[in-house]
Amino acid sequence: MIEISNLTKIYGSSEQEVVALKDVNLYIKKGEIFGIIGLSGAGKSTLIRCINMLEKPSRGSIVVDGQAIGSLDAGKLRQVRQKIGMIFQHFNLLSSRNVFDNIMFPLEIAKVPHQEAQKKVDELLELVGLSDKARVYPEQLSGGQKQRVGIARALANDPKVLLSDEATSALDPQTTRSILKLLKDINRQLGLTIVLITHDMNVIKECCDRVAVINNSTIVEVGDVLNIFSNPGTPTSRSFINSIVNKDIPEEILHREALNHGGAASKLVRVSFIGESAGEPIISTMLQKYDIKANILYGNIDRVKDTPFGNLTLELMGSPALINDAMSFLQEYGLEVEVLNYAGNNGDY
Amino acid sequence: MPEIMEIIDLNSFLTPYLGQNAWVPGAVLFASWETIYMVFLSTLASYLIGMPLAIILVTSDEGQILENPQLNKILGSIINAARSLPFIILLILAIPFTRWVVGTSIGTVASIIPLSLAAIPFVARLVETSLKEIDWGLIEAALSMGASNWEIIRKVLIPEALPSIILGVAITAINLVGYSAMAGVLGGGGLGTLAYYHGYMRYQTAIMWITVVVLIVIVQGIQVLGNKAASNVINKRR
Repeated sequence: MIEISNLTKIYGSSEQEVVALKDVNLYIKKGEIFGIIGLSGAGKSTLIRCINMLEKPSRGSIVVDGQAIGSLDAGKLRQVRQKIGMIFQHFNLLSSRNVFDNIMFPLEIAKVPHQEAQKKVDELLELVGLSDKARVYPEQLSGGQKQRVGIARALANDPKVLLSDEATSALDPQTTRSILKLLKDINRQLGLTIVLITHDMNVIKECCDRVAVINNSTIVEVGDVLNIFSNPGTPTSRSFINSIVNKDIPEEILHREALNHGGAASKLVRVSFIGESAGEPIISTMLQKYDIKANILYGNIDRVKDTPFGNLTLELMGSPALINDAMSFLQEYGLEVEVLNYAGNNGDY
Repeated sequence: MPEIMEIIDLNSFLTPYLGQNAWVPGAVLFASWETIYMVFLSTLASYLIGMPLAIILVTSDEGQILENPQLNKILGSIINAARSLPFIILLILAIPFTRWVVGTSIGTVASIIPLSLAAIPFVARLVETSLKEIDWGLIEAALSMGASNWEIIRKVLIPEALPSIILGVAITAINLVGYSAMAGVLGGGGLGTLAYYHGYMRYQTAIMWITVVVLIVIVQGIQVLGNKAASNVINKRR
Protein backbone atom coordinates (compact mmCIF):
# COMPACT_ATOMS: atom_id res chain seq x y z
CA MET A 1 0.00 0.00 0.00
CA ILE A 2 2.79 2.37 0.92
CA GLU A 3 6.31 1.92 -0.34
CA ILE A 4 9.00 4.20 0.97
CA SER A 5 12.41 3.89 -0.65
CA ASN A 6 15.65 5.61 0.30
CA LEU A 7 13.76 8.46 1.90
CA THR A 8 16.06 11.20 3.16
CA LYS A 9 14.99 14.52 4.57
CA ILE A 10 17.45 17.29 5.32
CA TYR A 11 16.42 20.60 6.85
CA GLY A 12 18.26 23.86 6.68
CA SER A 13 20.93 25.28 4.45
CA SER A 14 24.01 23.49 3.19
CA GLU A 15 26.19 24.98 5.95
CA GLN A 16 23.80 24.07 8.71
CA GLU A 17 22.24 20.79 7.76
CA VAL A 18 19.94 18.89 10.06
CA VAL A 19 19.29 15.36 8.90
CA ALA A 20 15.78 14.38 9.95
CA LEU A 21 15.59 11.11 8.02
CA LYS A 22 18.36 9.03 6.56
CA ASP A 23 17.76 6.37 3.91
CA VAL A 24 14.46 5.11 5.21
CA ASN A 25 12.99 2.07 3.50
CA LEU A 26 9.60 0.75 4.55
CA TYR A 27 6.85 -1.31 3.04
CA ILE A 28 3.42 -0.99 4.60
CA LYS A 29 0.90 -3.63 3.64
CA LYS A 30 -2.70 -3.03 2.70
CA GLY A 31 -5.06 -3.35 5.65
CA GLU A 32 -2.49 -3.48 8.42
CA ILE A 33 -1.97 -1.20 11.38
CA PHE A 34 1.63 -0.16 11.14
CA GLY A 35 3.29 1.57 14.05
CA ILE A 36 6.36 3.76 14.00
CA ILE A 37 7.86 4.28 17.42
CA GLY A 38 10.66 6.61 18.40
CA LEU A 39 11.65 9.21 20.93
CA SER A 40 10.95 12.86 20.22
CA GLY A 41 13.39 14.13 17.65
CA ALA A 42 13.94 10.69 16.17
CA GLY A 43 12.30 11.74 12.90
CA LYS A 44 8.97 9.93 13.13
CA SER A 45 6.96 13.10 12.75
CA THR A 46 8.83 14.02 9.57
CA LEU A 47 8.44 10.49 8.28
CA ILE A 48 4.66 10.41 8.60
CA ARG A 49 4.41 13.88 7.03
CA CYS A 50 6.36 12.71 4.01
CA ILE A 51 3.63 10.14 3.31
CA ASN A 52 1.17 12.91 2.39
CA MET A 53 3.83 15.41 1.31
CA LEU A 54 3.26 17.83 4.17
CA GLU A 55 7.05 17.55 4.17
CA LYS A 56 8.83 17.31 0.86
CA PRO A 57 11.49 14.59 0.89
CA SER A 58 15.01 15.68 -0.01
CA ARG A 59 15.69 12.35 -1.68
CA GLY A 60 13.92 9.06 -2.22
CA SER A 61 10.47 8.05 -3.35
CA ILE A 62 7.11 7.34 -1.78
CA VAL A 63 4.48 5.29 -3.54
CA VAL A 64 0.97 5.26 -2.08
CA ASP A 65 -1.49 2.85 -3.64
CA GLY A 66 0.58 2.52 -6.78
CA GLN A 67 1.09 6.25 -7.23
CA ALA A 68 4.44 7.96 -6.82
CA ILE A 69 3.43 11.07 -4.93
CA GLY A 70 6.70 12.96 -4.97
CA SER A 71 6.37 14.13 -8.55
CA LEU A 72 2.70 15.18 -8.60
CA ASP A 73 1.69 18.72 -9.47
CA ALA A 74 -0.18 20.74 -6.85
CA GLY A 75 -3.67 19.95 -8.14
CA LYS A 76 -3.09 16.22 -8.41
CA LEU A 77 -1.43 16.16 -5.00
CA ARG A 78 -4.54 17.76 -3.47
CA GLN A 79 -6.66 15.00 -5.00
CA VAL A 80 -4.35 12.30 -3.66
CA ARG A 81 -4.41 13.90 -0.21
CA GLN A 82 -8.19 13.59 -0.12
CA LYS A 83 -7.66 9.84 -0.07
CA ILE A 84 -5.11 9.95 2.75
CA GLY A 85 -6.79 10.82 6.03
CA MET A 86 -4.80 12.25 8.91
CA ILE A 87 -5.43 12.72 12.62
CA PHE A 88 -3.35 14.79 14.99
CA GLN A 89 -2.14 14.94 18.56
CA HIS A 90 -3.92 18.24 19.18
CA PHE A 91 -6.94 17.30 17.05
CA ASN A 92 -6.75 20.51 14.96
CA LEU A 93 -10.49 21.03 14.75
CA LEU A 94 -11.79 24.37 13.50
CA SER A 95 -13.21 26.34 16.42
CA SER A 96 -15.29 28.34 13.94
CA ARG A 97 -17.31 25.27 13.00
CA ASN A 98 -19.47 22.88 14.99
CA VAL A 99 -18.87 19.14 14.96
CA PHE A 100 -21.09 18.56 11.95
CA ASP A 101 -19.44 21.29 9.90
CA ASN A 102 -15.95 20.19 10.92
CA ILE A 103 -16.67 16.77 9.44
CA MET A 104 -18.25 18.52 6.46
CA PHE A 105 -15.02 20.44 5.78
CA PRO A 106 -13.13 17.75 3.81
CA LEU A 107 -16.32 17.00 1.86
CA GLU A 108 -16.55 20.68 0.87
CA ILE A 109 -12.96 20.53 -0.27
CA ALA A 110 -13.71 17.43 -2.33
CA LYS A 111 -16.76 19.24 -3.80
CA VAL A 112 -19.15 16.48 -2.75
CA PRO A 113 -22.78 17.51 -3.46
CA HIS A 114 -24.35 18.99 -0.34
CA GLN A 115 -27.05 16.40 0.28
CA GLU A 116 -24.73 13.48 -0.24
CA ALA A 117 -22.21 15.13 2.07
CA GLN A 118 -24.78 15.63 4.82
CA LYS A 119 -25.73 11.97 4.65
CA LYS A 120 -22.07 11.03 4.87
CA VAL A 121 -21.52 13.22 7.93
CA ASP A 122 -24.47 11.60 9.68
CA GLU A 123 -23.03 8.16 8.99
CA LEU A 124 -19.62 9.19 10.29
CA LEU A 125 -21.11 10.69 13.45
CA GLU A 126 -22.80 7.38 14.03
CA LEU A 127 -19.55 5.48 13.42
CA VAL A 128 -17.65 7.47 16.03
CA GLY A 129 -20.61 7.58 18.43
CA LEU A 130 -21.19 11.33 18.45
CA SER A 131 -24.56 11.66 16.74
CA ASP A 132 -25.89 13.65 19.69
CA LYS A 133 -23.05 16.19 19.48
CA ALA A 134 -23.53 17.26 15.85
CA ARG A 135 -24.38 20.90 16.65
CA VAL A 136 -21.87 21.32 19.45
CA TYR A 137 -18.69 23.35 19.00
CA PRO A 138 -15.29 21.72 19.64
CA GLU A 139 -14.67 23.87 22.70
CA GLN A 140 -17.37 21.96 24.56
CA LEU A 141 -15.94 18.52 23.81
CA SER A 142 -13.56 16.40 25.87
CA GLY A 143 -10.23 15.34 24.40
CA GLY A 144 -11.50 11.90 23.48
CA GLN A 145 -14.57 13.35 21.79
CA LYS A 146 -12.42 15.82 19.86
CA GLN A 147 -10.27 12.99 18.58
CA ARG A 148 -13.40 11.11 17.53
CA VAL A 149 -14.43 14.13 15.50
CA GLY A 150 -10.89 14.18 14.08
CA ILE A 151 -11.23 10.54 13.08
CA ALA A 152 -14.65 11.09 11.50
CA ARG A 153 -13.25 14.05 9.58
CA ALA A 154 -10.26 12.02 8.39
CA LEU A 155 -12.58 9.28 7.13
CA ALA A 156 -14.99 11.60 5.31
CA ASN A 157 -13.60 11.06 1.83
CA ASP A 158 -13.24 7.28 2.22
CA PRO A 159 -9.45 7.31 2.38
CA LYS A 160 -7.30 4.31 1.62
CA VAL A 161 -4.80 5.22 4.29
CA LEU A 162 -5.16 6.84 7.68
CA LEU A 163 -2.13 8.59 9.15
CA SER A 164 -2.14 9.05 12.89
CA ASP A 165 0.27 11.61 14.28
CA GLU A 166 0.55 10.88 18.02
CA ALA A 167 -3.26 10.79 18.08
CA THR A 168 -3.46 9.56 21.66
CA SER A 169 -0.51 11.39 23.21
CA ALA A 170 -2.66 14.16 24.65
CA LEU A 171 -5.24 11.77 26.11
CA ASP A 172 -5.48 9.96 29.42
CA PRO A 173 -4.89 6.18 29.44
CA GLN A 174 -8.55 5.25 29.49
CA THR A 175 -9.47 7.55 26.61
CA THR A 176 -6.37 6.35 24.77
CA ARG A 177 -7.68 2.79 24.97
CA SER A 178 -11.09 3.76 23.65
CA ILE A 179 -9.58 5.70 20.74
CA LEU A 180 -7.25 2.80 19.91
CA LYS A 181 -10.22 0.46 20.02
CA LEU A 182 -12.05 2.73 17.59
CA LEU A 183 -9.03 2.67 15.27
CA LYS A 184 -8.90 -1.13 15.46
CA ASP A 185 -12.63 -1.35 14.68
CA ILE A 186 -12.26 0.97 11.71
CA ASN A 187 -9.29 -1.02 10.48
CA ARG A 188 -11.33 -4.21 10.63
CA GLN A 189 -14.63 -2.84 9.34
CA LEU A 190 -13.29 -0.76 6.49
CA GLY A 191 -10.07 -2.64 5.78
CA LEU A 192 -8.31 0.68 6.13
CA THR A 193 -4.52 0.79 6.25
CA ILE A 194 -3.41 2.75 9.31
CA VAL A 195 0.05 4.21 9.88
CA LEU A 196 0.57 5.61 13.34
CA ILE A 197 3.49 7.23 15.05
CA THR A 198 3.92 7.25 18.79
CA HIS A 199 6.48 7.35 21.55
CA ASP A 200 4.34 5.07 23.69
CA MET A 201 4.96 1.35 23.44
CA ASN A 202 1.51 0.72 24.94
CA VAL A 203 -0.05 2.10 21.77
CA ILE A 204 2.02 -0.30 19.66
CA LYS A 205 1.20 -3.18 21.97
CA GLU A 206 -2.50 -2.37 22.00
CA CYS A 207 -3.23 -2.14 18.30
CA CYS A 208 -0.35 -2.56 15.85
CA ASP A 209 0.34 -5.53 13.60
CA ARG A 210 3.84 -4.47 12.67
CA VAL A 211 6.18 -1.87 14.01
CA ALA A 212 9.21 0.07 12.88
CA VAL A 213 11.58 1.42 15.50
CA ILE A 214 13.16 4.71 14.54
CA ASN A 215 16.21 6.16 16.22
CA ASN A 216 18.53 8.96 15.16
CA SER A 217 16.78 9.45 11.82
CA THR A 218 17.05 5.83 10.74
CA ILE A 219 14.85 2.78 11.02
CA VAL A 220 16.70 0.41 13.31
CA GLU A 221 14.24 -2.46 13.33
CA VAL A 222 11.06 -3.52 11.56
CA GLY A 223 8.93 -6.54 12.27
CA ASP A 224 5.81 -8.10 13.70
CA VAL A 225 4.98 -6.55 17.04
CA LEU A 226 4.97 -9.96 18.73
CA ASN A 227 8.43 -10.82 17.45
CA ILE A 228 9.86 -7.52 18.57
CA PHE A 229 8.25 -7.91 21.96
CA SER A 230 9.62 -11.36 22.50
CA ASN A 231 12.95 -10.81 20.83
CA PRO A 232 13.94 -7.17 20.46
CA GLY A 233 16.95 -6.92 18.19
CA THR A 234 18.31 -3.50 19.14
CA PRO A 235 18.91 -1.60 22.37
CA THR A 236 16.36 1.03 21.28
CA SER A 237 13.65 -1.59 20.87
CA ARG A 238 14.62 -3.18 24.16
CA SER A 239 14.35 0.07 26.05
CA PHE A 240 10.90 0.76 24.58
CA ILE A 241 9.71 -2.68 25.57
CA ASN A 242 11.20 -2.43 29.03
CA SER A 243 9.33 0.83 29.44
CA ILE A 244 6.09 -1.12 29.62
CA VAL A 245 7.02 -4.73 30.35
CA ASN A 246 8.72 -5.04 33.68
CA LYS A 247 11.55 -7.46 33.12
CA ASP A 248 13.88 -6.16 35.75
CA ILE A 249 14.65 -8.58 38.51
CA PRO A 250 14.71 -6.96 41.92
CA GLU A 251 18.26 -6.95 43.24
CA GLU A 252 17.32 -8.76 46.44
CA ILE A 253 16.28 -11.75 44.42
CA LEU A 254 19.60 -11.98 42.63
CA HIS A 255 21.43 -11.61 45.92
CA ARG A 256 19.25 -14.07 47.72
CA GLU A 257 19.99 -16.58 45.02
CA ALA A 258 23.72 -16.05 45.41
CA LEU A 259 23.50 -16.32 49.18
CA ASN A 260 21.50 -19.48 49.40
CA HIS A 261 23.12 -21.50 46.76
CA GLY A 262 26.58 -20.15 46.29
CA GLY A 263 28.14 -22.27 43.61
CA ALA A 264 25.52 -25.05 43.91
CA ALA A 265 23.49 -26.20 40.95
CA SER A 266 20.83 -23.61 40.39
CA LYS A 267 19.96 -21.39 37.55
CA LEU A 268 17.94 -18.22 37.32
CA VAL A 269 16.07 -18.21 34.03
CA ARG A 270 13.47 -16.09 32.39
CA VAL A 271 10.87 -17.87 30.30
CA SER A 272 8.89 -15.85 27.78
CA PHE A 273 5.78 -17.23 26.20
CA ILE A 274 3.52 -16.04 23.43
CA GLY A 275 0.12 -17.01 22.17
CA GLU A 276 -1.34 -20.48 22.73
CA SER A 277 1.49 -21.74 24.86
CA ALA A 278 0.45 -19.24 27.48
CA GLY A 279 -2.64 -21.36 28.03
CA GLU A 280 -0.84 -24.69 28.48
CA PRO A 281 0.54 -26.17 31.72
CA ILE A 282 4.07 -26.42 30.33
CA ILE A 283 5.91 -25.57 33.53
CA SER A 284 4.17 -28.25 35.56
CA THR A 285 4.72 -30.78 32.75
CA MET A 286 8.40 -29.89 32.85
CA LEU A 287 8.56 -30.37 36.61
CA GLN A 288 6.89 -33.77 36.36
CA LYS A 289 9.18 -34.88 33.57
CA TYR A 290 12.48 -33.77 35.04
CA ASP A 291 13.57 -34.21 38.63
CA ILE A 292 14.21 -30.57 39.37
CA LYS A 293 12.62 -27.91 41.53
CA ALA A 294 11.36 -24.59 40.38
CA ASN A 295 10.88 -21.49 42.44
CA ILE A 296 8.72 -18.83 40.80
CA LEU A 297 10.26 -15.47 41.61
CA TYR A 298 8.46 -13.14 39.33
CA GLY A 299 5.98 -13.23 36.50
CA ASN A 300 3.59 -11.20 34.46
CA ILE A 301 1.23 -11.68 31.59
CA ASP A 302 0.08 -9.14 29.09
CA ARG A 303 -1.53 -8.79 25.71
CA VAL A 304 0.03 -7.73 22.46
CA LYS A 305 -2.87 -6.66 20.27
CA ASP A 306 -5.00 -9.79 20.74
CA THR A 307 -2.32 -12.27 21.70
CA PRO A 308 -1.35 -13.17 25.26
CA PHE A 309 2.29 -12.57 26.01
CA GLY A 310 4.12 -13.10 29.26
CA ASN A 311 7.27 -13.89 31.08
CA LEU A 312 8.18 -15.78 34.18
CA THR A 313 11.38 -15.68 36.19
CA LEU A 314 12.21 -19.06 37.64
CA GLU A 315 14.93 -20.37 39.84
CA LEU A 316 15.64 -23.93 38.69
CA MET A 317 17.35 -26.21 41.21
CA GLY A 318 18.72 -29.69 40.57
CA SER A 319 21.51 -31.35 38.69
CA PRO A 320 22.99 -29.19 35.93
CA ALA A 321 22.33 -31.80 33.26
CA LEU A 322 18.66 -32.06 34.16
CA ILE A 323 18.32 -28.28 34.27
CA ASN A 324 19.73 -28.09 30.76
CA ASP A 325 17.38 -30.81 29.56
CA ALA A 326 14.45 -29.03 31.14
CA MET A 327 15.45 -25.83 29.41
CA SER A 328 15.58 -27.47 26.01
CA PHE A 329 12.20 -29.02 26.76
CA LEU A 330 10.77 -25.51 27.23
CA GLN A 331 12.44 -24.33 24.04
CA GLU A 332 10.88 -27.22 22.13
CA TYR A 333 7.51 -25.84 23.12
CA GLY A 334 8.44 -22.57 21.53
CA LEU A 335 9.17 -20.74 24.74
CA GLU A 336 12.03 -18.32 24.88
CA VAL A 337 14.47 -19.22 27.67
CA GLU A 338 17.09 -16.82 28.88
CA VAL A 339 19.65 -17.53 31.63
CA LEU A 340 19.97 -14.61 34.00
CA ASN A 341 22.52 -15.49 36.65
CA TYR A 342 25.77 -14.87 34.93
CA ALA A 343 28.34 -12.78 36.69
CA GLY A 344 27.47 -9.23 37.63
CA ASN A 345 24.05 -9.38 36.09
CA ASN A 346 21.64 -6.97 37.65
CA GLY A 347 18.90 -7.31 35.14
CA ASP A 348 19.77 -4.06 33.50
CA TYR A 349 18.84 -4.54 29.88
CA MET B 1 -4.81 79.82 -8.21
CA PRO B 2 -5.85 76.73 -6.32
CA GLU B 3 -4.88 78.21 -2.95
CA ILE B 4 -7.31 81.08 -3.25
CA MET B 5 -9.95 78.75 -4.52
CA GLU B 6 -9.50 76.67 -1.46
CA ILE B 7 -9.80 79.58 0.91
CA ILE B 8 -13.08 80.50 -0.64
CA ASP B 9 -13.99 76.88 -0.56
CA LEU B 10 -13.13 76.69 3.10
CA ASN B 11 -15.36 79.60 4.01
CA SER B 12 -18.38 78.22 2.28
CA PHE B 13 -17.56 74.90 3.75
CA LEU B 14 -17.59 76.29 7.28
CA THR B 15 -20.96 77.98 7.01
CA PRO B 16 -23.06 74.91 7.69
CA TYR B 17 -21.35 74.56 11.06
CA LEU B 18 -21.94 77.97 12.58
CA GLY B 19 -22.96 81.06 10.80
CA GLN B 20 -23.64 84.24 12.70
CA ASN B 21 -26.79 82.95 14.36
CA ALA B 22 -26.50 79.24 13.81
CA TRP B 23 -28.07 76.73 16.08
CA VAL B 24 -25.28 75.07 18.07
CA PRO B 25 -26.82 71.60 18.58
CA GLY B 26 -27.48 71.38 14.85
CA ALA B 27 -23.87 72.22 14.04
CA VAL B 28 -22.60 69.61 16.50
CA LEU B 29 -24.91 66.97 15.09
CA PHE B 30 -23.85 67.76 11.56
CA ALA B 31 -20.14 67.63 12.46
CA SER B 32 -20.65 64.35 14.34
CA TRP B 33 -22.34 62.85 11.33
CA GLU B 34 -19.43 63.93 9.16
CA THR B 35 -16.93 62.35 11.55
CA ILE B 36 -18.83 59.08 11.66
CA TYR B 37 -19.18 59.13 7.88
CA MET B 38 -15.44 59.71 7.35
CA VAL B 39 -14.42 57.12 9.91
CA PHE B 40 -16.82 54.52 8.57
CA LEU B 41 -15.78 54.88 4.94
CA SER B 42 -12.06 55.11 5.65
CA THR B 43 -12.23 52.05 7.93
CA LEU B 44 -14.01 50.18 5.17
CA ALA B 45 -11.51 51.29 2.54
CA SER B 46 -8.52 50.48 4.73
CA TYR B 47 -9.81 46.95 5.36
CA LEU B 48 -10.57 46.39 1.70
CA ILE B 49 -6.92 47.03 0.93
CA GLY B 50 -5.21 46.26 4.27
CA MET B 51 -6.76 42.85 4.76
CA PRO B 52 -5.44 41.35 1.49
CA LEU B 53 -2.05 42.85 2.34
CA ALA B 54 -2.19 41.15 5.75
CA ILE B 55 -3.05 37.85 4.12
CA ILE B 56 -0.12 38.22 1.72
CA LEU B 57 2.16 39.11 4.64
CA VAL B 58 1.16 36.06 6.65
CA THR B 59 1.02 33.49 3.88
CA SER B 60 4.25 34.59 2.20
CA ASP B 61 6.21 34.26 5.42
CA GLU B 62 8.77 31.50 5.85
CA GLY B 63 7.23 28.04 6.08
CA GLN B 64 3.74 29.30 5.22
CA ILE B 65 1.47 28.18 2.39
CA LEU B 66 2.60 30.80 -0.15
CA GLU B 67 6.15 31.11 1.11
CA ASN B 68 7.91 33.94 -0.72
CA PRO B 69 10.57 35.56 1.46
CA GLN B 70 11.42 38.26 -1.07
CA LEU B 71 7.85 39.48 -1.48
CA ASN B 72 7.38 39.25 2.28
CA LYS B 73 10.42 41.38 2.94
CA ILE B 74 9.57 44.03 0.36
CA LEU B 75 5.94 44.31 1.46
CA GLY B 76 7.00 44.40 5.11
CA SER B 77 9.43 47.25 4.48
CA ILE B 78 6.87 49.28 2.53
CA ILE B 79 4.36 48.87 5.35
CA ASN B 80 6.95 49.85 7.94
CA ALA B 81 7.92 52.92 5.95
CA ALA B 82 4.29 53.95 5.55
CA ARG B 83 3.66 53.46 9.25
CA SER B 84 6.65 55.52 10.28
CA LEU B 85 5.18 58.58 8.57
CA PRO B 86 3.42 60.86 11.09
CA PHE B 87 -0.20 61.39 10.09
CA ILE B 88 0.09 65.15 9.97
CA ILE B 89 2.90 64.82 7.40
CA LEU B 90 0.96 62.25 5.42
CA LEU B 91 -2.00 64.60 5.33
CA ILE B 92 0.10 67.25 3.63
CA LEU B 93 2.00 64.84 1.37
CA ALA B 94 -1.24 63.28 0.23
CA ILE B 95 -2.82 66.58 -0.90
CA PRO B 96 -1.87 66.25 -4.60
CA PHE B 97 -3.00 62.64 -4.67
CA THR B 98 -6.28 63.50 -2.94
CA ARG B 99 -6.88 66.33 -5.35
CA TRP B 100 -6.21 64.01 -8.23
CA VAL B 101 -8.67 61.42 -6.94
CA VAL B 102 -11.59 63.54 -5.68
CA GLY B 103 -10.83 66.91 -7.26
CA THR B 104 -10.32 68.78 -4.01
CA SER B 105 -8.32 68.42 -0.81
CA ILE B 106 -10.98 70.02 1.37
CA GLY B 107 -14.02 68.39 2.94
CA THR B 108 -15.11 65.04 4.25
CA VAL B 109 -14.85 63.12 1.00
CA ALA B 110 -11.33 64.42 0.50
CA SER B 111 -10.38 63.43 4.05
CA ILE B 112 -11.25 59.81 3.42
CA ILE B 113 -8.21 59.49 1.14
CA PRO B 114 -5.44 60.38 3.65
CA LEU B 115 -7.33 58.63 6.46
CA SER B 116 -7.46 55.42 4.45
CA LEU B 117 -3.83 55.78 3.38
CA ALA B 118 -2.80 56.10 7.02
CA ALA B 119 -4.93 53.18 8.15
CA ILE B 120 -4.00 50.67 5.42
CA PRO B 121 -0.54 49.78 6.77
CA PHE B 122 -1.89 49.82 10.31
CA VAL B 123 -4.69 47.43 9.35
CA ALA B 124 -2.22 45.22 7.50
CA ARG B 125 -0.13 44.78 10.66
CA LEU B 126 -3.17 44.43 12.92
CA VAL B 127 -4.82 41.73 10.81
CA GLU B 128 -1.42 40.09 10.35
CA THR B 129 -1.18 39.72 14.13
CA SER B 130 -4.68 38.22 14.27
CA LEU B 131 -3.92 35.73 11.50
CA LYS B 132 -0.59 34.76 13.02
CA GLU B 133 -2.32 33.56 16.17
CA ILE B 134 -3.80 30.66 14.25
CA ASP B 135 -2.14 27.37 15.08
CA TRP B 136 -0.16 25.96 12.16
CA GLY B 137 -1.79 22.61 13.00
CA LEU B 138 -5.11 23.87 11.61
CA ILE B 139 -3.48 24.79 8.32
CA GLU B 140 -1.66 21.48 8.26
CA ALA B 141 -4.94 19.64 8.84
CA ALA B 142 -6.57 21.52 5.96
CA LEU B 143 -3.58 20.76 3.72
CA SER B 144 -3.80 17.09 4.64
CA MET B 145 -7.41 17.09 3.40
CA GLY B 146 -6.33 18.48 0.07
CA ALA B 147 -7.46 22.07 0.61
CA SER B 148 -6.20 24.69 -1.83
CA ASN B 149 -4.46 27.83 -0.59
CA TRP B 150 -7.56 29.87 -1.33
CA GLU B 151 -9.72 27.44 0.65
CA ILE B 152 -7.29 27.68 3.56
CA ILE B 153 -7.48 31.48 3.51
CA ARG B 154 -11.25 31.57 3.18
CA LYS B 155 -12.28 28.64 5.35
CA VAL B 156 -9.53 28.44 7.95
CA LEU B 157 -7.55 31.67 8.37
CA ILE B 158 -10.32 34.26 8.22
CA PRO B 159 -13.08 32.42 10.14
CA GLU B 160 -10.65 31.28 12.85
CA ALA B 161 -9.25 34.78 13.30
CA LEU B 162 -12.63 36.52 13.02
CA PRO B 163 -13.16 37.55 16.68
CA SER B 164 -9.68 39.04 16.79
CA ILE B 165 -10.16 40.75 13.42
CA ILE B 166 -13.41 42.33 14.64
CA LEU B 167 -11.67 43.75 17.70
CA GLY B 168 -9.03 45.13 15.34
CA VAL B 169 -11.74 46.92 13.36
CA ALA B 170 -12.79 48.73 16.54
CA ILE B 171 -9.19 49.71 17.28
CA THR B 172 -8.74 50.99 13.72
CA ALA B 173 -11.99 52.97 13.76
CA ILE B 174 -11.07 54.57 17.09
CA ASN B 175 -7.66 55.54 15.76
CA LEU B 176 -9.35 57.02 12.72
CA VAL B 177 -11.62 59.13 14.93
CA GLY B 178 -8.44 60.72 16.31
CA TYR B 179 -6.89 61.10 12.87
CA SER B 180 -10.08 62.58 11.47
CA ALA B 181 -9.86 65.39 14.02
CA MET B 182 -6.37 66.15 12.76
CA ALA B 183 -7.65 66.14 9.22
CA GLY B 184 -10.42 68.43 10.40
CA VAL B 185 -7.88 71.05 11.42
CA LEU B 186 -6.61 71.05 7.85
CA GLY B 187 -10.13 71.58 6.50
CA GLY B 188 -11.20 67.99 6.58
CA GLY B 189 -14.62 68.51 8.12
CA GLY B 190 -16.25 66.84 11.04
CA LEU B 191 -15.79 67.45 14.75
CA GLY B 192 -12.12 68.42 14.26
CA THR B 193 -13.06 71.35 12.07
CA LEU B 194 -15.78 72.43 14.47
CA ALA B 195 -13.49 72.28 17.48
CA TYR B 196 -10.60 74.04 15.79
CA TYR B 197 -12.29 76.81 13.83
CA HIS B 198 -14.98 77.59 16.36
CA GLY B 199 -13.85 76.21 19.69
CA TYR B 200 -10.24 77.36 19.34
CA MET B 201 -10.00 80.13 16.70
CA ARG B 202 -13.18 81.90 17.79
CA TYR B 203 -12.82 81.19 21.51
CA GLN B 204 -16.13 79.35 21.66
CA THR B 205 -14.96 77.21 24.60
CA ALA B 206 -18.36 75.61 25.08
CA ILE B 207 -18.19 74.18 21.58
CA MET B 208 -14.74 72.81 22.30
CA TRP B 209 -16.04 70.94 25.33
CA ILE B 210 -19.15 69.68 23.59
CA THR B 211 -16.89 68.30 20.86
CA VAL B 212 -14.77 66.50 23.44
CA VAL B 213 -17.83 64.91 25.01
CA VAL B 214 -19.21 63.84 21.65
CA LEU B 215 -15.84 62.32 20.69
CA ILE B 216 -15.77 60.36 23.93
CA VAL B 217 -19.26 59.06 23.22
CA ILE B 218 -18.33 58.04 19.67
CA VAL B 219 -15.17 56.24 20.78
CA GLN B 220 -17.01 54.45 23.58
CA GLY B 221 -19.75 53.49 21.16
CA ILE B 222 -17.30 51.99 18.69
CA GLN B 223 -15.52 49.99 21.40
CA VAL B 224 -18.77 48.67 22.86
CA LEU B 225 -20.00 47.65 19.41
CA GLY B 226 -16.68 45.97 18.62
CA ASN B 227 -16.60 44.07 21.89
CA LYS B 228 -20.16 42.97 21.44
CA ALA B 229 -19.67 41.79 17.89
CA ALA B 230 -16.53 39.86 18.84
CA SER B 231 -18.08 38.22 21.88
CA ASN B 232 -21.16 37.31 19.85
CA VAL B 233 -18.93 35.35 17.50
CA ILE B 234 -17.01 33.76 20.36
CA ASN B 235 -20.14 32.86 22.32
CA LYS B 236 -21.69 31.21 19.31
CA ARG B 237 -18.68 28.88 19.26
CA ARG B 238 -19.03 27.85 22.86
